[in-house]
Amino acid sequence: MTVKRLFKDPYNIIIAGVGGQGNVMASRMLSNILVHKGYNITIGETFGASQRGGSVMSHIRVSSLSSWSPQMPKGKADVVVTLEPIEAIRVLAGYGNPAVKVLTNTRAIYPAGVIAGNLSYPTFDEIRETLKKLSSRVWFIDATDEAVKLGNSILGNIIMIGALSTVDDLPVGRDDFKEILSRILPAEKMDDNLKAFDLGVAMMKK
Amino acid sequence: MSYLTDTKEGASYLVMGNEAIVRGALEAGVNVASGYPGTPSSEIIESLSTVARERNLYVEWSVNEKVALEVAAAASFSKLRSLCAMKQNGVNVASDFLLHLAGSGTRGGFVLVACDDPGALSSVNEGESRYFARLMEIPLLEPGTFQEAKDMTRWAFELSEELKQIVVVRSVTRMSHASGNITFGKLTDKKRIAEFKFDGLILDPDAGIVISVPVAWKHQQQQEKIKKAQEIFEDSPFNTYEGAENPDLLLVTSSACYLYSKEAIAVLGVEDRVGLLKIGTTWPLPPRLMAKHLSRTDRVMVVEEVLPFLEENLKILAAEKAAEIGIKTFYGKNDGTIPMTEELNPDLVIAALKTVMGIDYNSVPDEYTRAAQSSVVSSAPVREQVFCPGCPHRASFFSIHNALEMDGRKGFVCGDIGCYSMGIGATGFRSIKTLHSMGSGTGIASGFGKLGQFGMNQPILAVCGDSTFYHSVIPALVNAVHNRSNLTLVVLDNNGTAMTGFQPHPGLDCNVLGEAVPPIDIARICEAIGARVEIRDPFELENTRETLNELIEDASGVKVLIMRKACALSPQRKHKKDYTVYVDQDLCWGEKCGCGRFCTRIFGCPGLIWNEAKQKAEIDEVICTGCGVCADICPQGAIKREEAA
Ligand code: SF4
Ligand code: SF4
Repeated sequence: MTVKRLFKDPYNIIIAGVGGQGNVMASRMLSNILVHKGYNITIGETFGASQRGGSVMSHIRVSSLSSWSPQMPKGKADVVVTLEPIEAIRVLAGYGNPAVKVLTNTRAIYPAGVIAGNLSYPTFDEIRETLKKLSSRVWFIDATDEAVKLGNSILGNIIMIGALSTVDDLPVGRDDFKEILSRILPAEKMDDNLKAFDLGVAMMKK
Repeated sequence: MSYLTDTKEGASYLVMGNEAIVRGALEAGVNVASGYPGTPSSEIIESLSTVARERNLYVEWSVNEKVALEVAAAASFSKLRSLCAMKQNGVNVASDFLLHLAGSGTRGGFVLVACDDPGALSSVNEGESRYFARLMEIPLLEPGTFQEAKDMTRWAFELSEELKQIVVVRSVTRMSHASGNITFGKLTDKKRIAEFKFDGLILDPDAGIVISVPVAWKHQQQQEKIKKAQEIFEDSPFNTYEGAENPDLLLVTSSACYLYSKEAIAVLGVEDRVGLLKIGTTWPLPPRLMAKHLSRTDRVMVVEEVLPFLEENLKILAAEKAAEIGIKTFYGKNDGTIPMTEELNPDLVIAALKTVMGIDYNSVPDEYTRAAQSSVVSSAPVREQVFCPGCPHRASFFSIHNALEMDGRKGFVCGDIGCYSMGIGATGFRSIKTLHSMGSGTGIASGFGKLGQFGMNQPILAVCGDSTFYHSVIPALVNAVHNRSNLTLVVLDNNGTAMTGFQPHPGLDCNVLGEAVPPIDIARICEAIGARVEIRDPFELENTRETLNELIEDASGVKVLIMRKACALSPQRKHKKDYTVYVDQDLCWGEKCGCGRFCTRIFGCPGLIWNEAKQKAEIDEVICTGCGVCADICPQGAIKREEAA
């Protein structure tokens, strides 16, 4: 199979969020599509903490040439997708660079210290300014809110994948997504997931 | 059918390192697999269980790692192929039997997969299992890529059978839990019949009794096996070299550190100056092969996790071969080039290479780094790990904390290993004051409980989970009762091994294969041992707290309180809301109520949030699991729960 070279090799994606948001699921789904397209993929992820409200992050390295380390070197992310807005800031401090693109869900999940009143959570304007300053482009997506409207908040991660598929000409189309879905999901769950994916694509075109 | 049993040779799949190990074992025709759950090893037994019927395997979660190794050994003694999987702590637990097994030898291929956790990503230590290979005098293999994780596991069975010795495959978190695409090999269809032979001569390795005596003779046999492994390793395809014939620096590495090293060399663009030697057969090192590579240059850097195991073994070898290969300068852990604690990553290898090679490199402009770092400080508040919304442990620790406060004698909790280890922090109201290995909470409490004669009058509590109870609390409890220690053990029974992904344990009526099995009742065991036993639902806060105070005051010996409520993520409770919970905005007085914002500041379920603008508490219905317990903690009665439809 001849595989289209991506505009950078390896192309580095980070998917981050808070444990319980479906972060791992999203990175597997995306990676399976890319493997299906013939790319070498390495995913590095930290679970363990994933069930318990801590920050979680997956590194996805996409290459048409060879496999790379499951931990990305500092400053090497090409695109960062986060299911929670302040997690985007955290990721950029480690892996960001002036050219990085950022897609973030707008729905906040407050850290325990914030809920207790010992720490403060930035305002949306602050988050927006910070992310703009630290990236070449940033998209804010109301993924959780839209997912709740679809009847299941967890679909926020699929909305984000749909959105990501439009960035940098990633070879991730609706048909590929459908193909991978059909391997892992029972038929009755397909519709909602496809709807979520389409919603993500549409939200980027706005 | 799982893709792990795809019979198409050459099929390519995205698999997790642990699944690659599983596929390797299936290609080798494994028959029996056992283990005890522990991150990052758990998926090995789990994945094997999903294909057990299809491939005619016997798979079990054993009560602890020592027993797991014993169970798998029986299969090997019967000429079957067996695999045993555990995390680094587990190897310590299994080591007592392992030493004797290494002496007695094995029959059918027997592979111990040890998954270490450098950086302690989900452990309370970063212990290394590699030293056990040297200590027990058995061969050790370390995969450096996902493909190798599969191929090496497959080969480890052959090696074990050839040597009649157990072989260790050591993985690390970033190998076990990372994923990559690999190419599958052939699945074997060789059928094996289990038969244990014991009527031969005592020294007959195939038909005699299985024992490590006569010790001197068996020990010598053991050392001959190691020599034979060393000889085989000389030609192993798992030891690879990339780079110039005579580089400026030879980088020697193993395991996931191979990927970090490869990346560091590429990032710095020093492919023609740095030679990369990846060792897959880390113990014993093959001397001729090593000498050949060491001869390439006088400067050698060793990159590995966590302790300088490879580095030290390599240095011994270099000293022995000095006349032939010349004097070397070593860089690595011992001289501080590479950190001696925590896991490595490409950046740490880049930093080491920069120093040793005198290279100037900066991945991001300083200005960017500064701006990004200061943004984190100002706008990304730390995210502490907390108990899940609806977790029974939050409620249990709430009661424990309150009971100890009320008692007023500075009582404390001896912690143990599981989700509830987090009870050491704010999420458990900082109740836990000691934390070591599985079952140690009760053992330590047993010791504390005997210090009355030295004037100690602080109440002693221990906590343990249900799985931990079977794993190693029982002997500690026996010790405490028999020696008349005075303590209260709280068993946080959440109906499964929650921390590692909900594996079944002996308390359940169903095993990993989904078969009906007899459950072993914790309460009856405790009673049989001779403890006073109470059972409560941790969500009934007041009742639980009262019971705890009563037990703490009862100075008659060992008391056990079983707090029984399924984990919020368990199949019984997940996605099922018992209650619709909301905060009545008129009743919630916020700071003014005198409760000190009890709900959000003290109880701290993430489903409860604080609306800064309105100065009132709210429920985040995306996060709340509808357990309803918080309705009981609000002194104003502002948190309302209604039976969910
Ligand atoms: S996984 Fe279960 S036991 Fe562990 S913190 Fe979450 S709810 Fe509690
Ligand atoms: S009902 Fe209360 S304690 Fe239970 S999950 Fe919801 S907010 Fe948390």
